[in-house]
Amino acid sequence: MSAAPQASPTATKISVERLDAWYGATHAVRGVSLEIPDRAVTALIGPSGCGKSTFLRCLNRMHELLPSARAEGRVLLDGEDLLSGEVDPVDLRRRVGMVFQRPNPFPTLSIRDNVIAGFKLNGMRGGRAETVERCLRQAALWDEVKDRLGASPLSLSGGQQQRLCIARALAVEPEVLLMDEPASALDPIATARLEELIHELKERYTIVLVTHNLQQAARTSDQTAFFYMGELAEAGRTEQIFTNPRERRTEDYVTGKFG
Amino acid sequence: MAASLARLPTAAPSPRRSRRAGDRLWSVGLVAAGGAILLVAGLVILVLGRAAAPAFHALGVGRFLAGQDWDPVSGAFGALPFIYGTLVTSAVAILVALPVAVGLSLFLAEMGPPRLRPPVAFAIETLASIPSVIYGLWGLFVLVPWVRTTVEPLLGRLLGWLPLFTGPRIGLGYLSAGLILAVMILPTIAAVTQEVLRSIPPALKEGALALGATRWEMIRIAVLPTARAGILGATLLGLGRALGETMAVTMVIGNAPEIHASLFAAGYSLPAVIANEFAEATSPLHLSALAALALVLLGVTLVLNSAARVLVLLTSRRLGEAS
Amino acid sequence: MRLRRRLADLAMTGLCALAVGVALVPLASLLWLVVSRGLPGLTPAFLLGRPAPVGDPGGGVGNGIVGTFLMVGLASLLAVPIGVGAGIFLAEEGDGPLGRAIRFVAEVLACVPSIVLGIVAYAVVVIPMGHFSAIAGAVAMALLMVPPLARATEEFVRLVPGTLREASLALGVPAWRTSLRVVVRTALGGITTAMLLAVARAAGETAPLLFTSLNNQYWNLRPDLPTASLTVQIFNFAISPYESWHAQAWSGALALLLLVGVLNLLARFAARDRLGGGSR
Repeated sequence: MSAAPQASPTATKISVERLDAWYGATHAVRGVSLEIPDRAVTALIGPSGCGKSTFLRCLNRMHELLPSARAEGRVLLDGEDLLSGEVDPVDLRRRVGMVFQRPNPFPTLSIRDNVIAGFKLNGMRGGRAETVERCLRQAALWDEVKDRLGASPLSLSGGQQQRLCIARALAVEPEVLLMDEPASALDPIATARLEELIHELKERYTIVLVTHNLQQAARTSDQTAFFYMGELAEAGRTEQIFTNPRERRTEDYVTGKFG
Repeated sequence: MAASLARLPTAAPSPRRSRRAGDRLWSVGLVAAGGAILLVAGLVILVLGRAAAPAFHALGVGRFLAGQDWDPVSGAFGALPFIYGTLVTSAVAILVALPVAVGLSLFLAEMGPPRLRPPVAFAIETLASIPSVIYGLWGLFVLVPWVRTTVEPLLGRLLGWLPLFTGPRIGLGYLSAGLILAVMILPTIAAVTQEVLRSIPPALKEGALALGATRWEMIRIAVLPTARAGILGATLLGLGRALGETMAVTMVIGNAPEIHASLFAAGYSLPAVIANEFAEATSPLHLSALAALALVLLGVTLVLNSAARVLVLLTSRRLGEAS
Repeated sequence: MRLRRRLADLAMTGLCALAVGVALVPLASLLWLVVSRGLPGLTPAFLLGRPAPVGDPGGGVGNGIVGTFLMVGLASLLAVPIGVGAGIFLAEEGDGPLGRAIRFVAEVLACVPSIVLGIVAYAVVVIPMGHFSAIAGAVAMALLMVPPLARATEEFVRLVPGTLREASLALGVPAWRTSLRVVVRTALGGITTAMLLAVARAAGETAPLLFTSLNNQYWNLRPDLPTASLTVQIFNFAISPYESWHAQAWSGALALLLLVGVLNLLARFAARDRLGGGSR
């Protein structure tokens, strides 16, 4: 570990207190409290429908976009309650970026314009060319696309498109990066590259990663939270969750007895 | 399901030969019905072509299409006033209807509360089902007076320096015809636009919102560019409907076979002149010239509609690739 | 900067909401005026009488309503077997080159202006007969009804699950009886909807009738004679210079609107009934 002036890995970036979330009549997240450490990877695991994606989408208030969705409780980002009326979701989403299950670059924009789409919206200063290069480098895509920045993103492979979406999220200089099963549409090689990238990105960003792939959680994360039926069954250091879980349900899940 | 199976016709005890005959007859009947559609299409082209031929022969295609005089009594048949009137009124209709239809569609699909959708959709469907003669009636007694007393003075005062908005304000003319067409094609454009908007993958919109885009910015960077070709297709479909619309235009355009730069002036359109003169056409050449106008109308409509269909198809295909 | 973005969002939302209002104003105005101006004159005498000369009191559109029903009926006799048959063909065997050609042509025909179809009816019926007639009007209407009918029937027949057809074929029921008794009957609600919509559209059509069925001041039930129609009567009343005829145009418009509205509502119910899984 480097001795650079980095916040200690145990500093809390996001603190979730007694979060409940519904969509329609479904009570998807039930009374979850979780501390998400700064500049580390937190993996959310659990069987499908366990509320981990809903939980993730509460962290940048994308959850409320669904009709008849609501959330209660407190989500503190650097001590500020995101769910209170004072936080504007549009501002929040610049600070908390998101990468989706399937790569979703804007098909009508070029690769370059995709990267700076959010950057332009937020009226941010600085050279656009530099931003494009910096973000594509951070997303480990620069060498592959530097000669065709004007091309359509649809000419890229799935893994490249996903890294483009990461570059796009990085361009608005977020503090937190939410990833919702980002490798689910990728092949094993592209997945490996993505995991490497996650490892590099955690030097600068707080990452919350939803995954159904337990090995991926074990390989990439520092902290793991196991969701079951909308509740947080157990959370702890990844090593401990996978080798010495306290809960029976966690043990059954990580050893493949169900889910 | 069980109930309907119980009512299945029991296997006919008839010999196999008659069963085969039944199958064959049924199948021939279906092919004949399908073939009738091809026959009708052939008939449309054949009939119009044959009916229009004498006019094209006698007058010359170029002189007919570019001719500015239409006087059946003296035998002058120029199509230009009608082509011009059709194009101008359709253009006004698109300019007015397109922003309204797109705005309405965006509000229903992306902005407003979802429970607003069914009643507005019902209203728009109702708008589409009203017979055009009723639009004409309303246009003649409501729209035309309003245009004469309110719209034309206003436009004349604000934009009177443009030749488009000059001259006597009579109400009957290109402007009224274009406005009533706008009301009539609005449902078409709105319906297709909403279909296109619905086909945009939600992931694309979420991608924009997750970057910190406001709802309008999401529409600007993710929705509109993706839907552009589809909306153009919707516009062309609306345009196709505007070009062929007869009764409402006939009742408010003024029916003067002239060409004027001002939208306030009275004009004429292709379908309107056919409606007014076909039953009372005085000479074979007159009848033939009207058929030739119909052929022109048919050609323009077909080209536009094919283009519209291709555009809508391309949009959905590209979206299929993107998602 | 933040304020500007928020204002832009607000302004565009406002403009789009305004567009909804702008779209609804003409509809509200039209419906209100047709009802308020048409209702006073919508008497039994108006619905059952025939047009009176200008200046005479009374007069009605009874013969026009009868003429519209006559021509819509004749047109349905022509259009329903062809349209529905073509639709079944497209659904069951329409994946070959012939099917694709027919589907394409049906779509193209559906956007041909009705006035052009009127000229076709004029050429194939009026010219050989030597005069205007209800038949000619009906042919024009039928030309207009067939393409949408065929496409809608295809859609509904395609919705019938293949398992149902296979179940019937497995029982030894011949293919044609399976098509007719099982597939078509299951899709009947949808096909009825399509027919009602086509009838509603034909009943409201005016332009092609102007030079096919023309008009008639008298009662007529003979298909080979010129015939009045509600729509042409409304047109003639509307463009006349007389106040009393204008009033009759509004009343006629209300009658037509009610007729078309009822047909559209019935079409909705026919579709809903079947989708609700009513197996009686």
